[in-house]
Amino acid sequence: MSLFARTALALALAFLYAPILVLVAYSFNDSKLVTVWGGFSTRWYGVLFRDGPLIASALVSLKVAVLSAAIAGVLGTCAALALDRHGRFFGRGAYTGLLYAPMVMPEVITGLSLLLLFVGIGLDRGIATLVIAHATFATGFVAVVVGARLKGLDRSLEEAAADLGAGPARVFLSITLPLIAPSVAAGFLLAFTLSLDDLVIASFVSGPGATTLPMRIYSQVRLGVNPEINAASTLMIAAVGLVVLGASWLTGRKGTAV
Amino acid sequence: MSEFSQRLGRGLVRGLPLLWLALFFLVPFAVTLKISFSSPATAQPPYLPVLEWDGGLEGWREFFEALDFQNYQMIAADALYRDAALSSLGYAALATAILVLIGTPTAYAMARASARWQPILVALVIVPFWTSFLIRVYAWIAILKPEGLLNAALLKLGLIAAPLPILDSPFGVLIGLAYAYLPFMVLPLYAVMSRLDPALTEAAADLGAGRARTFFTVTLPLALPGIAAGALLCFIPMVGEFIIPDLLGGSDTLMLGRVLWSEFFSNRDWPLASAVAVMLLILVVGPVVLFREAELRREEAAEGGRR
Repeated sequence: MSLFARTALALALAFLYAPILVLVAYSFNDSKLVTVWGGFSTRWYGVLFRDGPLIASALVSLKVAVLSAAIAGVLGTCAALALDRHGRFFGRGAYTGLLYAPMVMPEVITGLSLLLLFVGIGLDRGIATLVIAHATFATGFVAVVVGARLKGLDRSLEEAAADLGAGPARVFLSITLPLIAPSVAAGFLLAFTLSLDDLVIASFVSGPGATTLPMRIYSQVRLGVNPEINAASTLMIAAVGLVVLGASWLTGRKGTAV
Repeated sequence: MSEFSQRLGRGLVRGLPLLWLALFFLVPFAVTLKISFSSPATAQPPYLPVLEWDGGLEGWREFFEALDFQNYQMIAADALYRDAALSSLGYAALATAILVLIGTPTAYAMARASARWQPILVALVIVPFWTSFLIRVYAWIAILKPEGLLNAALLKLGLIAAPLPILDSPFGVLIGLAYAYLPFMVLPLYAVMSRLDPALTEAAADLGAGRARTFFTVTLPLALPGIAAGALLCFIPMVGEFIIPDLLGGSDTLMLGRVLWSEFFSNRDWPLASAVAVMLLILVVGPVVLFREAELRREEAAEGGRR
């Protein structure tokens, strides 16, 4: 690699990681001020674990993330199968458009329009509306992850099973599904983290008693830097790090490129 | 298995996601469009008219007569909305340009790295993408604020005499946008660059082209579909970005996402917020169509490269 390429790469990685490292370092800072290092301390983690409302909203977020990722996992896998296996069916272009549009749509639009629908049909805002909203925007991401795996799949295994007399359902359950299972799990994890992270859509569609963790964090960081939030962030970054390691292990090294 | 149940299975696989997305993605847009023609009201829900289902034909007539263009007239008359639209597009365009400048050499370097390092580098770029967006933007506050780390470092080095007001400025917003969207730029670019046939650059080198010449005449033109896909993937959500201008921009930073947010949450003017949403949608629909075409071309190029 040339010196130029090395430098570019080092700078880009520094740019990506410096803020995260600063955040993690200052979660262990005894002082409340960012510029003053007051010595190593875990007191903000203590403050964090005694913060009842914050823990309650973390539980809301986890519940929403599991449920919405499960729905998005099923819907996204179905969509990926339809696109990969059903050939050039009528309306295929519109189908992919509808599937991928929620991924790039500005979140304020998705959030506002879903809220207006929920109010219009009289659905009470809370966990259910959060789950529906998150499943809707995560489905496309799951479809991308599973679709990439389906594309690289060796079709001869399925053909062999079919030649040996297995029906389509049997072929799917005993050949296709086990082969794509790692990517379905990776898609589920991606949908899970996307849900856990979402602030904008959740702010629109959640109701009283269903405050998610990002909503709680946002209401605190608007007032400025807060060491307790640094501690919470560090824990979340550690959790995500583990999830990413798990996902890249599941999809195999080649599959990590989403 | 019977022909019927086979077709039923295929229909379910294709139909379930379609039904869900039509119901929770398309229908909401129709509802938003309708409410953008309504008037705000101090009622539950806070807009008028509300269709009375038992009103019959007369009810429908009254309903449609009560809809008007007043929210759009207000948006057209008030310079705030025009300025917010222009500055959203400006921020997104400038940040996209910065991302192309940072992302292209990064992706190029990743594609040129040894086979052992490539998956590790890809993982390093993906990890921040999986980490909370809100937290990563928040992390910049401690760095950019007047008594923050960047200013402290610059003061200590004697480069500046007084702290620079980077936080709460357009510059803060641009840093935040470039930072948060970098993985979205690098990954599609890397995907294209890593699939380029090395024989092409080797041929250029054999014919006497230097590294820079090879990059600009061979690699860059072939990577254009990836650059286009990455640029649009970043540009579209950045136009409607809310968190970054809210946390890193000043109170005078105008972006449509933020205007929509305050119309909805502070002013509780749902119809006007809907009209702003429709305006934002019109701004991004062109880029969304371009994005789809760029993606299709990128996929074709990728499949062509594999043969």
